[in-house]
Amino acid sequence: MTKSSNSDGFAHQLWEFFASVKLSVFILLSLAVTSIFGTVIPQNKNPLSYHQKFGDVLFKLFKTLDMFDMYHSWWFRFLLCLLTINIIVCSINRLSSTWKIIFPKRPSFNINRFRKAKNRQQWSAQGSVEQVKDRISPWISKRFGRFTVESSANGYLLFGEKNRWTRLGVYAVHLSILLMVAGGLVGSIFGFDGYVNIPEGASVDSVLLRGNQPEVKLNFKIKCDDFDLTFYEESEMPKEYRSRLSIIKDNQTVIQKDIIVNDPLRFEGINIFQSTYGKMPATQLNVTFTEKASGLIYNKKATMTSPVEMPGNSGTLIIEEFRPHFSFRGVTLANTFLCRMIPRQGDPKHIIISADFPRFDMMRQGDFIISISNTDFKYYTGLQVTKDPGVPIVYVGFLFMIIGCYVTFFMFHQKICVEISTDSGKTAVMAAGISEKNKPGMNVVIRRLSRQLQKLT
Amino acid sequence: MPSSEIFSIITFVYGLATLLYVFSWIFKKNFPGKIATAVTIVAVLGNLTGIILRWIESYQMGIGHAPLSNLYESLIFFAMTIALTHLFIEFRYKLRFIGMIASPIPFLAMAYASLPKVNDAIQPLIPALQSNWLITHVMTCFVGYAAFAIAFGVSIMFLLKPSGDVPQSGIVSRIPAFDILDDLTHQMVMFGFLFLSIGIITGAVWANQAWGRYWGWDPKETWSLITWLIYASLLHARLMRDWKGKKIAVLSCVGFIAVIFTYFGVNLLPGLHSYQ
Repeated sequence: MTKSSNSDGFAHQLWEFFASVKLSVFILLSLAVTSIFGTVIPQNKNPLSYHQKFGDVLFKLFKTLDMFDMYHSWWFRFLLCLLTINIIVCSINRLSSTWKIIFPKRPSFNINRFRKAKNRQQWSAQGSVEQVKDRISPWISKRFGRFTVESSANGYLLFGEKNRWTRLGVYAVHLSILLMVAGGLVGSIFGFDGYVNIPEGASVDSVLLRGNQPEVKLNFKIKCDDFDLTFYEESEMPKEYRSRLSIIKDNQTVIQKDIIVNDPLRFEGINIFQSTYGKMPATQLNVTFTEKASGLIYNKKATMTSPVEMPGNSGTLIIEEFRPHFSFRGVTLANTFLCRMIPRQGDPKHIIISADFPRFDMMRQGDFIISISNTDFKYYTGLQVTKDPGVPIVYVGFLFMIIGCYVTFFMFHQKICVEISTDSGKTAVMAAGISEKNKPGMNVVIRRLSRQLQKLT
Repeated sequence: MPSSEIFSIITFVYGLATLLYVFSWIFKKNFPGKIATAVTIVAVLGNLTGIILRWIESYQMGIGHAPLSNLYESLIFFAMTIALTHLFIEFRYKLRFIGMIASPIPFLAMAYASLPKVNDAIQPLIPALQSNWLITHVMTCFVGYAAFAIAFGVSIMFLLKPSGDVPQSGIVSRIPAFDILDDLTHQMVMFGFLFLSIGIITGAVWANQAWGRYWGWDPKETWSLITWLIYASLLHARLMRDWKGKKIAVLSCVGFIAVIFTYFGVNLLPGLHSYQ
């Protein structure tokens, strides 16, 4: 990037901007600081609860900034995008200039650099320069892959080099980040993250997505044959959630498997995980209305969420929700139905009906005592159903990250030189090493090397 | 002897080691330092014995699992990893001064674990934690934390050491040279960074196996990423912009604050990682 004309002046500046490590540090720290917000503000909760918690002004501010789903907000994605460009530009920039250093056609050694090295060690040896050379050459060539011998004016120069390729380690780390970003992108475009509740014995062929998105149709049916919940002995701590699932394709059971929390079922790229469980009433419910004045009993059939005509044309009742546990005036009631009664005259009101206590509704002091029977509770299993074709890409990224970090931090390119020369009849040996990256490490290498060579000479 | 008794004894052994290191530091004596090292080795062996015993005890209770599942167990494991890292540096770099800053940490961690508010009962594992990934994930994370803790201690020493030509006297004058401290911080940060990366990755793979997602921005995940980003900035500033000394020491301290928050602070926030 040395040439620069007016036409590519801007492009050049832009390139230089993205090639700067200052920008990298700035982006990394910005990501760190902004990420904190999302751990303090609970993410993806009901808007009403945010409004209650933060008040009007803060709520509007946070809403504009997408703070309630900040990791998917435009500005957070923008930062990730900047990081990606930064990594690509930096890597191209550096790799193009260091490629020739990493893979030279003919590696060259400059003896003067070694003679000036601070870590050089000198001692005098027994025997002629040839003898010393022959004694130590095998030792060095065994430990340094690239080994050359040159003769000098008054002796020999032995050059050794290894781990040149480790200079690529840092690019592996950078590539790993790109792979993770790419894998994440693939996952968010071609994958989904859904959930479904299946009562024991029932089956489904579609799953719901989080948020207000359309449901996803599957190519097969998931049937829940059985759900089991076991507890640790003498305690209320759950030990295991186990669902026996069958995968049914073209009316044939293809797979049958028990899944537990850490052992999902995978089929055609779709993963099925044990997530939650719960209790639900039968679809057909019996509602009994007992008229207080006359003592007459009316029985009606009902299903959840659809209105039931009340006797004597007095209004309608909707069974809205079932709660296995419901807190009522400080008491926890089991198996409770939350209903809405819409009288012919007057305002609708919410009423609570206990499946376990048929006379519970007497308390309300209404014209009718309402109870619900034939509840026939069933367990359902709550499954998480996901598809993420990006996972293999991300996993390759993980591998590159670990290997790259290890190579970058704990291995380094080493160049060493041993000079053997005669000096007024005596044989002198000098050992020195050069490393661009790890000078203290090189010092240790030279200290050990010269200790070994002194034994040999 | 039950493991809990071993742990209370070990707490005091770590305390003794700290006292000996301080003594040897203040009075410039080599001998108490040697004893301090020996005492630390005894403490680590005791710590390990206690962990193995607790593991066996959990099997005897019929709820066998590696003792890495709650705050109490994590603190005890943390104490051991710190002490081991400290011994490694002491032998590898021949630096006894590291004992001064490293040995109080296991003592404090064990003392904190023995507070009544930290539940020391062996509890059964909830279904989400029943996985072979538990051991790898927790161990790699804690080795990372330990390295960062020591980098933090060294950085504090760096910041305490008076610079320039000021005539040095007293205890601070015996702090090793700046370049040794600087290099040690760098070494420890690199070591910690590798293990934190492996820790995050094993956690991601595990999460994908248990819940079908490798990343979900849960507070602990996010805080471990924040920690990772801070140390990544430190490494870039050092390797590429040639930051040295004070700036790096300050960044290493900031990074350790993030480590502490990842470890403890996240308990204040909701999520699967909060220790009960």
